[in-house]
Formats: sequence, structure tokens, C-alpha cells
Amino acid sequence: MTMLELVCPAGTPASLRAAVGAGADTVYCGFADETNARNFPGLNFSREEMAAGIEYAHERGAKVLVAINTFPQAGNEVLWHRAVADAHTIGVDAVILADIGLLAHTAKHHASLRRHLSVQAAAANPDVINFYAEEFGVKRVVLPRVLSVPEIAAINREIDTETEVFVFGGLCVMEEGRCSLSSYATGQSPNMNGVCSPASHVVYEQSGGELVSKLGEFTIDKVGQDAPAPYPTLCKGCFSAGARTGHVFEDAISLDAATLIPQMAKAGVTALKIEGRQRSRAYVAAVVRSFRQAVEACAAGQPIPPSALANLSEGQDNTVGAYRKTWR
Amino acid sequence: MSSQSSTIPRLPSAIRILARPLPLPVLAMVMNRLARQMVRRHPSLFARLGTHAGKCFQIDPVDLPFVFHVFPVPDAPRITLHRRGRVRPWDGRIAGSLAALIGMVHGAYDGDALFFSRDIALEGDTAAVLALRNAIDDSELDLFEEFLAAFGPVGRYVKPGMLPLLGQLQKRTGVALRRAEFTS
Repeated sequence: MTMLELVCPAGTPASLRAAVGAGADTVYCGFADETNARNFPGLNFSREEMAAGIEYAHERGAKVLVAINTFPQAGNEVLWHRAVADAHTIGVDAVILADIGLLAHTAKHHASLRRHLSVQAAAANPDVINFYAEEFGVKRVVLPRVLSVPEIAAINREIDTETEVFVFGGLCVMEEGRCSLSSYATGQSPNMNGVCSPASHVVYEQSGGELVSKLGEFTIDKVGQDAPAPYPTLCKGCFSAGARTGHVFEDAISLDAATLIPQMAKAGVTALKIEGRQRSRAYVAAVVRSFRQAVEACAAGQPIPPSALANLSEGQDNTVGAYRKTWR
Repeated sequence: MSSQSSTIPRLPSAIRILARPLPLPVLAMVMNRLARQMVRRHPSLFARLGTHAGKCFQIDPVDLPFVFHVFPVPDAPRITLHRRGRVRPWDGRIAGSLAALIGMVHGAYDGDALFFSRDIALEGDTAAVLALRNAIDDSELDLFEEFLAAFGPVGRYVKPGMLPLLGQLQKRTGVALRRAEFTS
């Protein structure tokens, strides 16, 4: 079976080195500003760090992609244009874009720069993927986490573009690139500012063994002393709606689709993506190492080794998400 | 190492009792020497903090009888130590067992996983705490190397003799005493 490409996260130069060392084929990163969807404090790369990271990766046979996957703000498009130009100059292997205007700009002014379509573009059917490929020369699309494996196979039968799917890490609600929950609570969103539930608006309080999480003016969760703590995102919050109290939007649980890798390969997928640019180099090394073993086992026709990554996951538990739809 | 609570050791209560009478001003002097050295050896750590460098971080190893207040100003970094219960103001706080905190610094544990499993707790200015966590993680610190470097040529001379002892100590205690990349 074909060896699938392993696309791994790096929020810092140290994580980039950890990813390459653990067996990443490709590492994706972002500049330290609003042009990428992980614009968190203390995270991301300066231009000099990116250039050094690319040199480090290329010397070891790995590629580097730069995510410029937020939506340019009116009147400040130059920040995004400069990010694309600098990525091109520095020598990245591809840019990951979401905005149609930025795709058009890149196709026109940086035609030789390979373009991938971010999950933030939410392209989930052959028509829209073919549109992006024909109009903007997109070579690869990162599929949103709303599709089942048979749906991914159906898409791949009708497109020439490569597809990349998430196999591990945090899950978003089914509105990637369109979610306004964070904006509602804080005025900032992953789409425009690169931050979902910005840390500047998050407050944790320890109250008698209970952990209380607040986002902006909202208390979004309370967990008991021994319960796992969730991320402070509204989509994973615990709310009362009618007579029901619980995770109204989404359970605090993470994706782990390692067992589905052979099915992904059969469905025509080119690359497997690990989420987590906001995580440490310890996370990156452990997850990449585990998935390196899994893709090699798949390529050799052997069973996928059991994963031991639940302790790294939100909710300390995992799901295969929409890939195997069994929920309501 | 994994980040499961069950694998993270706690200091025995005897050590906690023995640590009670330690002279905090002397410890602070050593810590401040290390902090000034880190500005020279790891300038990017302080650069990554950006505007958060001017804040006060309380680092609370819950199995020790004192807490650290870290002021990571690049020009004049400062660390003060305070007996538990003597409240001083801080901007952001990270609390956890000494082994969890050291393991996070050394890249043996993932900070988010420690948070999920409740092995560490965050309070106060979340953005500042996150910036500190990310800056430290990127710096690939090894506290043993930092400690040796503070002693200049003497540190280099004693290092070969100390390494096997440190390895044994790490094995016996389960504490990540060296940077994960050196021990994996």
C-alpha cells in the first residue's frame, strides 16, 4: 500500500526540530501574527526562525508548509500579502490558504509558489474543490472534519487535487472557517484574528477543588476535582438548554483516526495531518512518533499498532469523529 | 515519559520537612545568578515573552514549602522566594508538583496534557502564563546544564562525574532531571 505523507504541527522552532526528528515528512508552521489560525502568545515563527527551520527540515529531507489561513481584514490586506511574499522568498514548500482573495493574489503574484487549501475554507465537495483547483491552481485540499471515509473516497474519485485529512488532535464543531462562537464571547475569532477563545479573555478559578473556566463574561464550564479539564472553548462548554445540562455543541474529546489509516489510503488520501501547533514539543514528538509507526505499518500491510495517546488528548479520550458517523 | 498523573512522582513528605528551614535568600541568590545567565544563553526565551516579560509569575511547586516569583525582564531578571501562605501579588500562576513542573521545562511532559489531567493548575493572566510556557518549551532548557554553566570551567570539569549519578537519580525518582532529548 502507498506510504501516506505525515504532515505535522510546529508552533516553535523547537517543535519543528522535534517533528522532523520523530519522522515528519512535512511540518506546518505560521508566522507570529494574525495571518495564521494559531496566533497564541509566545507561539510561532519570526521570518528568521522560519528560514532557519526550513533549512533544518530540508537538510533532513522534510518539507515545510506555512499556514496563512486566516481571512485578511479590510484595509490591512498588506499583512497577508507580505506573509505570502516572505514565505515565497524564504523558500517554503507550499502555503496553506483559505481566503479566495488571497488565493487569487498568490496565484497572480507568486504563481510558482505551491498552494494548498486550508481546512478553514471548508471545501467539502468535488465541485468546490475543482473550482479552487481550476481558478487558483490549488494542488492540495485539507478536508474539513465533517466527512465520513466513504464521502472522502467519493470526493477523491471526482478530483485531481491531492487530499489531506486530519487524523489526530482537537476537533472543531462542523463550521470550520465559519464559526463565530469565539467572536460572540470575545470579539476575536480564529477566522479573522487567528485565535479561538483568546487566552487574554480566559480566566481559570480554583474553587474548593472545582475548576471554573470563564471566557469573556461567560462561565463555560465547571469540573470536579478528579475530572479532566477541557479547553476553554465555547463549543466544548457545558450549558443548560431546556431541561438538559451538558455539552450542547460538542463533547470535550479529541480525534484519533489511527485505526482508519488503511481506509484513508484506500479512499485515495495523500496526506495525514496532525493538529496541535499550540502544543509542546513533547506532544509533537510523541504523536508524530506514534503516527510514523502507524503509516509505516499501513504501507507494509501490517496491523496498525495500538495508540497510547489518550493521555495527551483533551478529555483524556479519543474519537474517530465524523469519519465513522454513529451519532445523532 | 507519559503525562499520566500516576507516573508523575511527588516529593516525599520527609524532603518537604527538610526543605522548610532552607534559607530562602541564599536560594534566591543562586536562582538569580541562573536567571541572569539564562538571559545570555537563551535570549529568544525572553524575546518570545514580548510584553508579558514585565509581569510577575508565581511558580508554585505544591510539594515544596515555598513558592517562586519570577520577573523575567530581560535587562534585570529577578526571582524571589516566599514561604507558602505569605501572600504576595502576582499576575499569572502555575501550580503543580515539582516533578510535573521540572518535567514540563525539560520537555518530558506536555503542558496542555498536564492541564487536562489536572496535574497543573493555571490562574490569573492566562495569556502571560501561556507565553511563558511556550517560551520555555522553545528554549529546550536543561536545568542541569544551566546549573553547571553557572560554575564556568569547574562545571565542565565535574560534569562527566555527575552524569551517571544524575541518571541513577532520574531512574530511581522518576523525575525528568534532564532535557527529554538527552534521555530519550
